[in-house]
Amino acid sequence: MKVAYWPGCVSRGFTPELHGSMAKVAPLLDIELVELDRACCTGAGVIAEHNQELADTLNARTFALAQQVDGAELMMNICSTCQGAQSECQERLDASAEYRAHVNSTLAGEGLSYERGLLTNKNFLWLLVEEIGLERLRSLVKRPLTNLKVGPFYGCYIVRPRERLGIDSEHPRDHYLDHVIDALGGTVIEYAGMRKCCGFPIITMNKEASLKQAGRHLGDAVDAAADCLVTPCPLCHLNLDLQQPLAEGIVGRELRMPVLHLPQLVGLALGLEPGELGLGRHVVRPTSVIDWSASVVAAAA
Amino acid sequence: MPEAHDRPPEKFTLKLRRYDPESGEAPYWEEHTVELAPHRSVLEAVLQAKDRFDGSIAIRCSCRQAICGSCGVRVNGEPALACHTHLDAAKAGARDGVIEIEPMGNMPVLKDLIVDMDAVHWKKIQRVTPWLLAKQPVPEREYIVSKESMVDVTQTMACIQCGACVSDCLAMEVDPGFIGPAALAKAYRFVGDPRDAEQFERLNDLAQDPQGLFDCTHCFKCVQACPKDVNPMGQIMRLRRIATSDHQIVDQNNGERHEAAFTRLIRDNGILWEAELLPRSYGGASWFGKFAPAAGKELLSSLPVAFYGLMRRKMTLAGILKPHKIPRQDLKAVQSIYERVESRPERYELNLYIAGEDE
Repeated sequence: MKVAYWPGCVSRGFTPELHGSMAKVAPLLDIELVELDRACCTGAGVIAEHNQELADTLNARTFALAQQVDGAELMMNICSTCQGAQSECQERLDASAEYRAHVNSTLAGEGLSYERGLLTNKNFLWLLVEEIGLERLRSLVKRPLTNLKVGPFYGCYIVRPRERLGIDSEHPRDHYLDHVIDALGGTVIEYAGMRKCCGFPIITMNKEASLKQAGRHLGDAVDAAADCLVTPCPLCHLNLDLQQPLAEGIVGRELRMPVLHLPQLVGLALGLEPGELGLGRHVVRPTSVIDWSASVVAAAA
Repeated sequence: MPEAHDRPPEKFTLKLRRYDPESGEAPYWEEHTVELAPHRSVLEAVLQAKDRFDGSIAIRCSCRQAICGSCGVRVNGEPALACHTHLDAAKAGARDGVIEIEPMGNMPVLKDLIVDMDAVHWKKIQRVTPWLLAKQPVPEREYIVSKESMVDVTQTMACIQCGACVSDCLAMEVDPGFIGPAALAKAYRFVGDPRDAEQFERLNDLAQDPQGLFDCTHCFKCVQACPKDVNPMGQIMRLRRIATSDHQIVDQNNGERHEAAFTRLIRDNGILWEAELLPRSYGGASWFGKFAPAAGKELLSSLPVAFYGLMRRKMTLAGILKPHKIPRQDLKAVQSIYERVESRPERYELNLYIAGEDE
């Protein structure tokens, strides 16, 4: 399937392994990525905090660009925060024809216009479950993640508020990571912090509280005997992985918990090598903490 | 399938968290099976268990129609009004069909399902001066204000002080001194009121407090928890907007600087330049921000992080020194959007709570 692909900023900045692993995994799932390289940042909620109309207009521009991608079935992102910020803007744009016309009048200079009802924007996680399907995913697995205990880390933007994000009993999107881990042959580890905040949004405002959040959730996962975490959000990844040495200092315990991006976990099970997926680029290197030959590679043999 | 109200009583199993601090015993779980029609409430189920099996079960309640805000509890781990949660819905969301009922979080438990609202919630409400500080001179009769300006604050006035948002606030979980969602929503009630004389003072007080306006982690827990659609996090964002844009309040917690640096970096590059965002959030939004002493101090303390990042090739020196940008033509389009929107005499805000959906 062809998708208008919004990679976000951080996947091309401090977590390059995310964008890279998505590019490697997409062909294995028959996803054709048409990158929206003309689009700008979603604002991550911060631009909306500054000026709501500005954030809505910038995102309407991105949606309009996505609607121009020929043959794209939908728009896909690989960042929960982008999903949350874009869903919030789209909710307002879709609710009022008057407001939409107002925003579109700003885009008119560029010949762009956002039309309601033509664009579905899904995070890779949602697309994986709803478009590709768990059964098909299961059938594509070359190296089941047998014996790998994976803790899902959902974060906030992709699970709340439920109504805006289309979460209901038919679309239990707040459980999809569990389903994907299971389909890939891994063992789901539940722990207290799996749907809590990683702390990243206040890292510059209250560093101690921010790192306490990250450290606490990582500690919960350690106590639940997880081998690693997996997250659909690169900003969560920054606080959980990049800042993990500092979080260890704040909570006063050794954590050493590897955190994988979702496409990396999928890629491993689909037969890609840890190196190809950029697993050596993490601060807590999953390659040195997890014995892949015993968990993933041996299971394939 | 008969209508919910016509369905006959069914058996529901409740798992109640019991705790009496005065007993010296640890909290424990206790199960009771009650029989009620599925559209009846969790509160009625608890009261039936209390009536039939154990009179010592403690729960606070009064109106039983989601107005008084007394019966806030956690049902299956999520905050809710017990009287506003139907048994069939609670069972559908329960693990193994057993409905788990616990006291709310972030507040000390007095007994079983009753928490100490005075010790946390009401103290925080008091913190924001929750009354009108009237503009002088006070008119002889009523103040005359526009209808729109009062409609604007009705969303926060819908709060019934149940504490559900306080219960699940993730910032408060790690920083109990955080003023929190309920009190900040209450603060907007007066900041947004045209009759109030102290908008700047209120905002400055909240912005400068290290556990105030900028301590919210943006987790949406309060938005989800609120049974009255008050959208506390949305109100917090509005407070920030008025503080930084209308009053140019520069707080000591980097709140304003972070917002300004982020917004400016996107205007200048189209996408984020993380290596600049951090120092500018401490030192100021301009290119020179990173040379401010506060930025230097933060960069020093972040050296271990930067070291690991570079070692693992997460970051490259080129990426740190030079931003990635969107194509020039598109950047110009983005900048013209900034220009057009930011030059409006008034910010255009669409609040769906008030405007509703027209389609």
